[in-house]
Amino acid sequence: MYDVLVVGGGPAGISAAVYLQRFKLKVIVIAKDYGALGQTTHIENYYGFEAPITGKQLVESGFAQARRLGVEVNVGEEVLAINGSEPFIVKTNIKEYHAKVVLLATGMSRPSLRVKGFTTLQGKGISFCGICDGFLYRNKRIGLVGSGDFMLEELDVLKNFSKNITIFTHGEPLKVDVKEFAVITEPIIELLGPETLTGLKTSNHQYELDALFIAAGTPSASDFAMRMGAFVNPKNEIEVSPTFSTNIPGLYAAGDCTGGLLQISKAVRDGAEASLAINKYLKTKTS
Amino acid sequence: MTIKITSENFQKEVMESPIPVILDFWAEWCRPCQMLGPIIEDISNELAGKVKVGKVNVDEEGLLANQYRISSIPTVMAFKQGKPTAQVIGLLRKEDLLKRLGL
Ligand SMILES: Cc1cc2nc3c(=O)[nH]c(=O)nc-3n(C[C@H](O)[C@H](O)[C@H](O)COP(=O)(O)OP(=O)(O)OC[C@H]3O[C@@H](n4cnc5c(N)ncnc54)[C@H](O)[C@@H]3O)c2cc1C
Repeated sequence: MYDVLVVGGGPAGISAAVYLQRFKLKVIVIAKDYGALGQTTHIENYYGFEAPITGKQLVESGFAQARRLGVEVNVGEEVLAINGSEPFIVKTNIKEYHAKVVLLATGMSRPSLRVKGFTTLQGKGISFCGICDGFLYRNKRIGLVGSGDFMLEELDVLKNFSKNITIFTHGEPLKVDVKEFAVITEPIIELLGPETLTGLKTSNHQYELDALFIAAGTPSASDFAMRMGAFVNPKNEIEVSPTFSTNIPGLYAAGDCTGGLLQISKAVRDGAEASLAINKYLKTKTS
Repeated sequence: MTIKITSENFQKEVMESPIPVILDFWAEWCRPCQMLGPIIEDISNELAGKVKVGKVNVDEEGLLANQYRISSIPTVMAFKQGKPTAQVIGLLRKEDLLKRLGL
């Protein structure tokens, strides 16, 4: 059992973990990759670096710093689902963890499908959450967008409701093994409406559907928050208190996934602030 | 207090209601719905006498859910004189919910 499991190894997650370790809590950081900083080679507005540094350098020294202080940092591991509460059960592509507190620091989430009809049909047959909406499509024709472990996780939920599921990888190669279900790899071009979703068009075909579930790429903080019943605003940012708690006891969020200034300095500050509140929360729970 | 709405009492409680009605379409297994529950309860107390607040369990009331094309829960709908005037999908804070319901 961990005291705190941090999802994300960017400036917010690592900064929080470093403080939490100093509070003598048992902390683990799980980071899929280099996050937003993996995309930039030139940072020159962050405090204390005379010459520009690359994002990769900064992230790597963050990992190393946390590890030197005794934090467990698993890079390359992907969190797929967070279940239960107090303790949370965190499922990754490798194993399952139990933690009293979870801190979401997964960075900004991107809109997952940029095709015609996507915005207007949301909530009208397009869903982001199998466990929330799958039941409404019992024995109906379900489409599922995705190509990796996150898709597989949603498939596991959805197949309890219908056997009529078609997977759309939207141009991506299928990265996992799927049996029993049809897999279409052509890119999706348009979602068909107009009132509610009736199907979709790929470059070659048209498919009739009653619902389309989205589980493309890696789940982000808002995917987790939505499934857990935490408040997410229309910009897909997690709503947090001034101490970075959510409305779910023991669930915290920090950094870009909470919106505001999307900069390293703010993410570092969020992480530090959240760690203080988490420490306090765990103290009051044990006393 | 909220009222349990079924296909039996729908006509009387919603269609013929003299005051506006809010309906919360929900289900037992939906965690966001569980978080919305107390907010809906709160609204029903706060607006007692001015707005009627009902809950529709989509598992038990598939017909009603179908009729209003509920495809994602929680969904909250507002009715005035039996006509739907607003529909809000997902978990929202009380203030945001009321604003988007036009109340
Ligand atoms: C091109 C570019 C240039 C930028 N330049 C600057 C700059 O010059 N100065 C500046 O201050 N800011 C800059 N930024 C912004 C800065 O990168 C972000 O504000 C900052 O990285 C946010 O930190 P974070 O910890 O919240 O998220 P991130 O740094 O994005 O970290 C997110 C972490 O979560 C992990 N993750 C996500 N989902 C999962 C999952 N399901 N399972 C496991 N791990 C997961 C990621 O792998 C990563 O480790 C730039 C951003 C971009 C994209």
